[in-house]
Amino acid sequence: MAILIGRETKAIVQNITGTQGTFHSQLMLQYGTKIVAGVTPGRGGTEVNGVPVFDAVEEATSQFEANASIIFVPAPFARDAALEAISAGLNPVVIITEGIPVKDEIQIMEVARLKGTTVIGPNTPGIITPSECKLGIMPGHIFTPGKIGLVSRSGTLTYEIAASLTATGLGQSTCLGIGGDPVVGLSFVDVLEMFRKDPKTEAIAMIGEIGGNAEEKVAEYIKNTKYPKPVAAYVAGRAAPPGKRMGHAGAIIMGKSGTAESKIEALRDAGVRVALKPGEIAKLLKHD
Amino acid sequence: MIKAQVLVAGRGKAGGIKPASTAEEASEVARSLLSATIKGERVAKVLVEQKLVSKYERYVSIVVDRSSKCFTLLCSPEGGVDIEQVAASNPEKIIRHKIDPLIGLQEYESRFIAKKLGYSGKRINQLSSIIIKLYQIMVDYDAELIESNPLIETENGDLIAADLRILVDDNSLFRHQKFLERMKTFEPDMTPLEVKAREKDLAYVELDGEVGIIGNGAGLVMATLDMILDYKGRPANFCDVGGGASEERIGSALEIVLANPKVKVLLINIMGGITRCDDVARAILDIQKKMGISKPMVIRLVGTNEEEGQKILAKANIPSLNSMEEAAAKAVELVSKVK
Repeated sequence: MAILIGRETKAIVQNITGTQGTFHSQLMLQYGTKIVAGVTPGRGGTEVNGVPVFDAVEEATSQFEANASIIFVPAPFARDAALEAISAGLNPVVIITEGIPVKDEIQIMEVARLKGTTVIGPNTPGIITPSECKLGIMPGHIFTPGKIGLVSRSGTLTYEIAASLTATGLGQSTCLGIGGDPVVGLSFVDVLEMFRKDPKTEAIAMIGEIGGNAEEKVAEYIKNTKYPKPVAAYVAGRAAPPGKRMGHAGAIIMGKSGTAESKIEALRDAGVRVALKPGEIAKLLKHD
Repeated sequence: MIKAQVLVAGRGKAGGIKPASTAEEASEVARSLLSATIKGERVAKVLVEQKLVSKYERYVSIVVDRSSKCFTLLCSPEGGVDIEQVAASNPEKIIRHKIDPLIGLQEYESRFIAKKLGYSGKRINQLSSIIIKLYQIMVDYDAELIESNPLIETENGDLIAADLRILVDDNSLFRHQKFLERMKTFEPDMTPLEVKAREKDLAYVELDGEVGIIGNGAGLVMATLDMILDYKGRPANFCDVGGGASEERIGSALEIVLANPKVKVLLINIMGGITRCDDVARAILDIQKKMGISKPMVIRLVGTNEEEGQKILAKANIPSLNSMEEAAAKAVELVSKVK
């Protein structure tokens, strides 16, 4: 196992009967992910992609051994679904859903914190430990096993950089999107700490963007811990105007805070190699 | 006081709040405000209020605290000014209090904050009750920000929220049908194309430049904009069609981006993951035929089924490139040729 998921991960797919849930559970199964059950309230007793469907998470976990969940439940019902997964003891819980109200996210994260559950997302492409397990919607074929840990706030930009890492001969230990919303389960610092302890990860690629101060916190953390592994970063949004949401709910410059310049400066100051183009990340890590 | 009812911050400085001492004066002021435009928004309503003489101006707000994953209450004895400046120059003057996400803000907490702001006696309860109400509004209306600046203390010691700004979380609108209805007729701070894009559920932000940009995924599109800047070009917009972009969505995006007369060159950047490149290529051709696109296009199309996608485009004489850098450079180069 690299971090969070691996061969021993046995997952439940919440809303497996929805369009996205059905489509991506098939792709995850093809990738080799062990999906033991699906859950859709009211659809218990049916099957999707050969996976049995239950009405409730606890019903599924009482019959199958499971230790993770991936949620494709629409935003209005996502809070309930996440709390159900946390309550059933599944860990990690990956929330793919986009558009969840921030008040709901705050409650999900607090319950998860009290229960000791790791939440990935919401509004994330998910997580992949190449050739072991994929809990997400990313195209599996662009990833390859290796020593780079990749952590990102964005989806397609992650694919862009993962593909260039793979093309440069740099495989990945685990790649995950922390999510594009203002309130998400894992911070960059949380993930860097996991990568620090993971013997399989030798260097880190980090993809940040405008909004909030998660990247500045990384800079502080790297300085304070004298972080032992090389980190290369890209920060999107230098061309973004203040006060406008750039696609992600969390990608917004408020007044003077959350700019790409501030993040890049802080990261450079902490010794992080900052790429100005996504393709340069692979070059910056190639020489280690 | 006559206050223009507009959905912009800083209306006072922009001339949206004016005093009047007689009924005649008030009607004159109201008339002039009602024909005015404040920060781009036409004034449709005014609020007439008693003029208050403030002894002190305080600041109270509740914000989303990203790193602590909770709502945080911010108070300062120095209100009526730019709070960011206070935060920068006198951070000790801002009291921060994290609100428990599960039990919410309690009265004893708000009383203690009132005490910290320097209040005593019955004023503690007065301020506490205002703070609790603000929190209740935050929760009931799914606000991501509620801010009273200033909350004033009058000469006889009364506390009044003289100004209140509420930002409602866009993601919560499914719970607030009334706001959704109102938004259909009321669009502050957005261009007509931005309004149209929102109707089509596309993330679109209009900018000043000449390179129209469409891509899939917020991060990828932001990175494309940045790259245009790096090659000394200027992006005309941000437009994210999202994952699994259908022909219909790509069509809507093209329609909106090309409707901006400033756009001279169009750059499409697709990283096909789940989205298949051949689907995207076919969609672009169909739309080109339907819309008769005459502006030069640069397309970068990679990922799942890229070879088929690129072949389809090549047959129609539309060049497609493999690298984002090349595509951005090419788009900027074409802008100078169009000029």
